[in-house]
Amino acid sequence: MSDFRVVLAQIKPKLGCLADNLALIETRIRQAIADGNELIVFPELALTGYFLKDLVPEVALRLDSSQIQRLVELSRQISIAIGFVEVTDDYRFFNSALYLEDGAIRHLHRKVYLPTYGLFDEQRYLARGERFRAFDSKFGRMGLLVCEDMWHLSASYILAMDGATTLICLSSSPGRGTEGESLGSASAWQRLTSTTAMFLNCRVLYCNRVGFEDGVNFWGGSEYVAPSGDSLVRGTFLEEDSVVATLDEGALRRERIFSPMLRDENLFVTMQELRRIERERGL
Amino acid sequence: MAGIRANTGLLRQILVGFVRDEVRKVGLNKVVLGLSGGIDSALVAFIAAEALGPENVHAICMPYTSSNPESEAHARLVAQACGVNFSLVPITPMVDAYFASFPEADSMRRGNKMARERMTILFDHSALLSALVLGTSNKTELLLGYGTLYGDMASALNPIGDLYKSHVWQLSEAMGVPRAVVEKKPSADLWAGQTDEEELGFSYRQVDELLYRMVDLRMTNAELVGAGFEAEFIETIYRKIQNSHFKRRLPVIAKVSNRTIDRDFRYSRDWGK
Repeated sequence: MSDFRVVLAQIKPKLGCLADNLALIETRIRQAIADGNELIVFPELALTGYFLKDLVPEVALRLDSSQIQRLVELSRQISIAIGFVEVTDDYRFFNSALYLEDGAIRHLHRKVYLPTYGLFDEQRYLARGERFRAFDSKFGRMGLLVCEDMWHLSASYILAMDGATTLICLSSSPGRGTEGESLGSASAWQRLTSTTAMFLNCRVLYCNRVGFEDGVNFWGGSEYVAPSGDSLVRGTFLEEDSVVATLDEGALRRERIFSPMLRDENLFVTMQELRRIERERGL
Repeated sequence: MAGIRANTGLLRQILVGFVRDEVRKVGLNKVVLGLSGGIDSALVAFIAAEALGPENVHAICMPYTSSNPESEAHARLVAQACGVNFSLVPITPMVDAYFASFPEADSMRRGNKMARERMTILFDHSALLSALVLGTSNKTELLLGYGTLYGDMASALNPIGDLYKSHVWQLSEAMGVPRAVVEKKPSADLWAGQTDEEELGFSYRQVDELLYRMVDLRMTNAELVGAGFEAEFIETIYRKIQNSHFKRRLPVIAKVSNRTIDRDFRYSRDWGK
């Protein structure tokens, strides 16, 4: 594998406006291609905005819709990771993320952990995804996560055990907590992405949106976290941005030699204990 | 007990961004607000001026004959300090004309009428200037219900509704609101010498400490007592929040259909924006 250039498109989608957002996304893609980038990552629900509520069925897209096919076409020139509302033939609606490459859908991830607490209400409107699977891309093996997924250790763990060396997290994280030195939700996320990268010797690409919806701010701060846990590049706070990072294959190789925790991870012990817990809980 | 603190730099960035984003996304560029001479509206004027440029902010001072003359002077001082447009629309003629028919009205009715009179002036100027009305109620008064429903509580956008009065003081100082306004005693200014804290029976700093723990941290009564709050004070504040909750909600609609507005017909206000 060689180094590759990534853009984290820290955009401000318009709530419920598919056509406007698609135009905005296309502009970012064209710019990223012109700048010689090889992968562009968009936030969770980039095509629709976040607090959709009853708009969910109105903005949902089938995988064979013209909008998704348009993006699939564009992926001949640059690989694309993007979030949208997916509708299936049996009319379930998912908070989904796609990885598109060389004119094809390489991977579809449906958000498993739909936050339904505090200011979140996703499970009221959306169906739950049921799998975490790593997939092969031309930049190596990857895993997709949608926002809250990453707050479950098992999600990143499964992807890493499935061989992913790059975790891509698409996010729409609301900013809150102004008591401390920095925004509460931002510091929490930064601890999470850094720790996840360190635990699993993985690279983390985190793309968060900006803008306001009904007074709720999305704080941005998209970042590339190296397998060492160091955040190497981070986008501006609360403002639109385009965060460019070169993912260094050598750094991944070196980290996996210096800190081979993932190599030593004992899947047998983990499975044996999880099965025991499953049995004891009577699941 | 350590006073509740906020990171004023962060608050400023978020609130300025909020006003800019939420005003511009509806295709407007201007705001209008009532400037009372007090700290809450002063802070909102400063935030709006930074968000949209002072030339796009219209502050209106709407005194009644019994208002303290110092209030108008402070309102002018604030407008000057942040550079926003200023106009004066006294409400005495309309309020007095109304109460000529109801001379027996008590001070609560008169105070509410004044607040609602001001609201109609702000929303009229909203149409006149193509400007959104900014609210100036803080979290303390919203929780306590210390405001007039459809009066000073009415607005299109409220930048400071999630800030306790203690935070309002901190942010006002950080943003350069004139000292005289930051330091004076908060007052609804219905009559000379009235102060909020005398009327409420406790200080804002006291109640903010309690509200923060009760509402934001969701501490139990036992924990609050353990933290040093008197049980009676806790009970009084809890009741105030409960009894004023109607003021924080839209009017209740009798449900008869499958999709009732705000119950099972749910959309964000920023729908399509």
